[in-house]
Amino acid sequence: MKHVVIIGNGISGITAARHIRKASNFKITVISAESEHFWSRTALMYIYMGHMKYEHTKPYEDWFWKKNKIELMHDYVSSINFKEKKLRLAKGENISYDSLVLATGSKPNKFNWPGQDAKGVCTMVSLQDLENIQKYTTNISKAVVVGGGLIGVEMAEMLHSKSIKTTFLVREEKFWRNTLPYQEADLVGRHISKHQIDLRLSTELKEIVTDDREQVKAVITSSGETIECEFVGITTGVHPNIELVKDSALSTNKGILVNQFLQTNIPDVYAIGDCAEQIEPIANRPSIEQVWYTGKIMGETVAQTICRSPKAYQPGPWYNSAKFFDIEYQTYGHVPHIAQPHENRFYWEHPSGNKAMHFCFHHKTNAFLGVNTFGIRLRHNLLDSWLRKPTSIQQVIENLKAANFDPEFFASYEKEITEQFNQQYPELKVKPHKRKRIAGIF
Amino acid sequence: MRTLLIQKAGMSLFILACTLLAAMLFINKYEISRSQLETVLSPQDYSKVSNFISPIINHEYTSSISFNADLEKVLDSANQNIQSTFSISNADLEHSIASFPNENITFNNEILASNFANDSIYNYKKDKLRTYTSWMNGKTYENKKVLKEELQGTTKSINGSLNSHLGFDNYKLNTLKLSITRAANSTPIKDSPLLWLGLTIGLGIFAAMLYILPKLSQLPGIKNDGVFQSAHTSRGWIGYSIGVMLILFYVLLYWYPEYMTNWMIMVDPVSQVLNGGPASQWFFYGLLYTIAIIVMGIRMFIKYRHSQYHIIRTSSVMFFQTSFAFLIPEILILLNQPSMDLKNIWPLNYTFFFDYNIQNLINSGGLGLFMLVWGIILVLVAVPVITYFYGKRWYCSWVCGCGGLAETLGDPYRQLSDKSLKSWKIERWMVHAVLAFAIMMTTGTLYTYFTGSGSLLGLDTYYIRSVYGFLIGSVFAGVVGVGFYPVMGSRVWCRFGCPLAAYLGIIQRFKSKFRITTNGGQCISCGNCSTYCEMGIDVRWYAQREQNIVRASCVGCGVCASVCPRGVLKLENDDPDNRFEKPIRISNSKIEVLN
Repeated sequence: MKHVVIIGNGISGITAARHIRKASNFKITVISAESEHFWSRTALMYIYMGHMKYEHTKPYEDWFWKKNKIELMHDYVSSINFKEKKLRLAKGENISYDSLVLATGSKPNKFNWPGQDAKGVCTMVSLQDLENIQKYTTNISKAVVVGGGLIGVEMAEMLHSKSIKTTFLVREEKFWRNTLPYQEADLVGRHISKHQIDLRLSTELKEIVTDDREQVKAVITSSGETIECEFVGITTGVHPNIELVKDSALSTNKGILVNQFLQTNIPDVYAIGDCAEQIEPIANRPSIEQVWYTGKIMGETVAQTICRSPKAYQPGPWYNSAKFFDIEYQTYGHVPHIAQPHENRFYWEHPSGNKAMHFCFHHKTNAFLGVNTFGIRLRHNLLDSWLRKPTSIQQVIENLKAANFDPEFFASYEKEITEQFNQQYPELKVKPHKRKRIAGIF
Repeated sequence: MRTLLIQKAGMSLFILACTLLAAMLFINKYEISRSQLETVLSPQDYSKVSNFISPIINHEYTSSISFNADLEKVLDSANQNIQSTFSISNADLEHSIASFPNENITFNNEILASNFANDSIYNYKKDKLRTYTSWMNGKTYENKKVLKEELQGTTKSINGSLNSHLGFDNYKLNTLKLSITRAANSTPIKDSPLLWLGLTIGLGIFAAMLYILPKLSQLPGIKNDGVFQSAHTSRGWIGYSIGVMLILFYVLLYWYPEYMTNWMIMVDPVSQVLNGGPASQWFFYGLLYTIAIIVMGIRMFIKYRHSQYHIIRTSSVMFFQTSFAFLIPEILILLNQPSMDLKNIWPLNYTFFFDYNIQNLINSGGLGLFMLVWGIILVLVAVPVITYFYGKRWYCSWVCGCGGLAETLGDPYRQLSDKSLKSWKIERWMVHAVLAFAIMMTTGTLYTYFTGSGSLLGLDTYYIRSVYGFLIGSVFAGVVGVGFYPVMGSRVWCRFGCPLAAYLGIIQRFKSKFRITTNGGQCISCGNCSTYCEMGIDVRWYAQREQNIVRASCVGCGVCASVCPRGVLKLENDDPDNRFEKPIRISNSKIEVLN
């Protein structure tokens, strides 16, 4: 019986294991040094804030793995012998494989700041990171978060929930400006500030100052300012975790290089998830995708390749989502942070400043290209179908009501959005929306 | 979690109010005069006890326990007196069959006891003996010894029923204990009930507001910070202590109400206004229950003020509790009409088809008849039809009183429900077994009502009824249902025990437009939805495989959709045919489904 070994029990590795099990009776072994069982990394912040306990973040009960004959090994792979198809584990065991799936995930970036390894400087990727954050933020009053992205804002929210006065250093002129268009970046920034987070835009970390016990005392910013703090959260992105294979026959760049079938240069060795780097990236997509959803799709895809015939990684229209304190964000298709020449844009924002929609469409064909939505939920399957087959922006605006995914009784804004759209693009005039039904909403 | 100074003050005052309320139970002074007793008791009951009451008359007690012990002795003596006067002794039995021949006896109950003295006592004995033996007429017995053996069983049941016929049976004893204790109560509470009401419940409401209202200073949004780090909401010592107190409260309420007369007297002025009479233990409970739903409902308004769905459904349970469950039944009493909670549906309202209830409704003219028909329509028409359109949530989290308490008072504990597959298995067996039990019990009751026979298929229908009332009605719904909030979550009763929830659930599962839609591939498996599901549904299991959630137990509270950080879930009523869509990968539609 074929033995598939998967290194890494994150969403990619585990999805691969589950789908290999569905499609075959191969022997499956999943090796992880981080945790015994699969847990949801996306819930890390909720464990810290006390919304959940670690056990709640496990998407499958512990009996699930044995029942589905997926063997879990809580160990660290110290080396791989690709020639003999063998792994060596830190505890000394040797394991041979027929197929190997590398799903080793990411490691946090640190940019050689002085003091970056001091006590009280933490990143936020793993369970071990969580332990450290908990340890170093107990009974403190001041913290600094470095890095204005999705994890940075999560960390700011975590610290805020413990009433820790937080300064948030963001390199760009607006929060997450390297991904979000100006208006949204500004909207989120305002929302962050509302939570008493001291948001410092266009500010970088220069140095971490420590005391004589190697404990964080302060940070010095690019503007030369010293900010006192007892904790520094580093959330300046991640890079593929490829230490294990760096000096091996496996070809790597930033990540482990794979073709569209997620195959590496060595036969029967695959790489998926955060650690994989597409040799030829799919149009409009980065070559390394560090997103939960893409990890999941790669896991499913590689399972098909291993169990049946090679299956190309075809993730379909781009989508992603996040939450910035109380504002939910979803994106479908592409709304580049800087408008491209072939694009037209339509931005609507609610007077409260908590809700917004930003549409992107082709300036000639009027084809719908993407939308960013803040504080209003949209229906994925409808948006997906609009992005797959040519759909005009007028159709999209006209059918916004059907695309709404907000809970029942929520106020709807289609009327305002349509009116503003018609004002801005009179030549594309869309039928005005009728007011929502008074009764019979649900 | 930030706690402001004003909140700390609120919490301290709230604990003080609760302590005072509990301490009231230990303020004891009982004294009763002969004339007071005469007014409390019916002339009949008074005559039964009048010879034995001297030990308690005008005797001042400072302990409710010793007062009740003495009172019990009085009532026991009255019962014993009846027993010794009216029970048929062995000698009586011998005497009663003296007129039969010694051998080859053909029984005739006219001959039995024909030689008894003609006084009221012996006439009673004679009458009972003859009534109980009419079925033996014409039977033959070899000799007197055999006949006597047969009659010994009869005398045993006659003697056994003496208490309920002439003395006081258990039900009556409990009623008397409560009403006499209440009349004897001479605590300071009697002089100034409103003062005590203000110091306990009034202060409690005020303190709760001090704690709850400052939460408005937080920005709206889901704020479950510290839920699993608090000894209150994560099965810590505070949670367990509250559980124990709730359980003690229910035990007192259901089985020892004579020890809580202080609480009843305290709310007498309220009761007088609403129904024109003094407060029963149930009035006190109803008032407290309603206040709990209103106060904690206000907390819900603040906690979920960003969500119109929660605001509306919380308003709905607050309205139905205050009006339908509390005010309307009390006002009906004031108007001398049959009192009924018009939204309480069989089989949750398990006494609806009891003989005394049907009789009472039929005898109460137009309104009573309307209530009878209304109750039946609710079961047979309203439940299936409304559940088809909206799912069982229309009742469980919008109308029901138990649900109302769970959604308000129980909200801080919703995350404590067990999400394991095993608990789901137990739940399905248990809740449907209770439904079957309720149907069986009611069938028996109706059979007895229409045929007059107390036994169906060899089972004593009254006994089954009382077992149901005790086990399901009191122990499960009350003691376990609410007492276990801080341990097993707010919906223990609804999930494992409520027969109406089981009935609604069957319809919701198989024939309804309601479902929780999963938003394509957006789930990140974080687990907030499952954690905060009060019914213990592993919502994430479905969401992460992009499948809609169609579960019998879902009460549609909508919290999963609120706590989801990615907007993945939406409660919807839609085409009933597309609810069970197979899991798909929206993101990679070229991969087919493998099951």
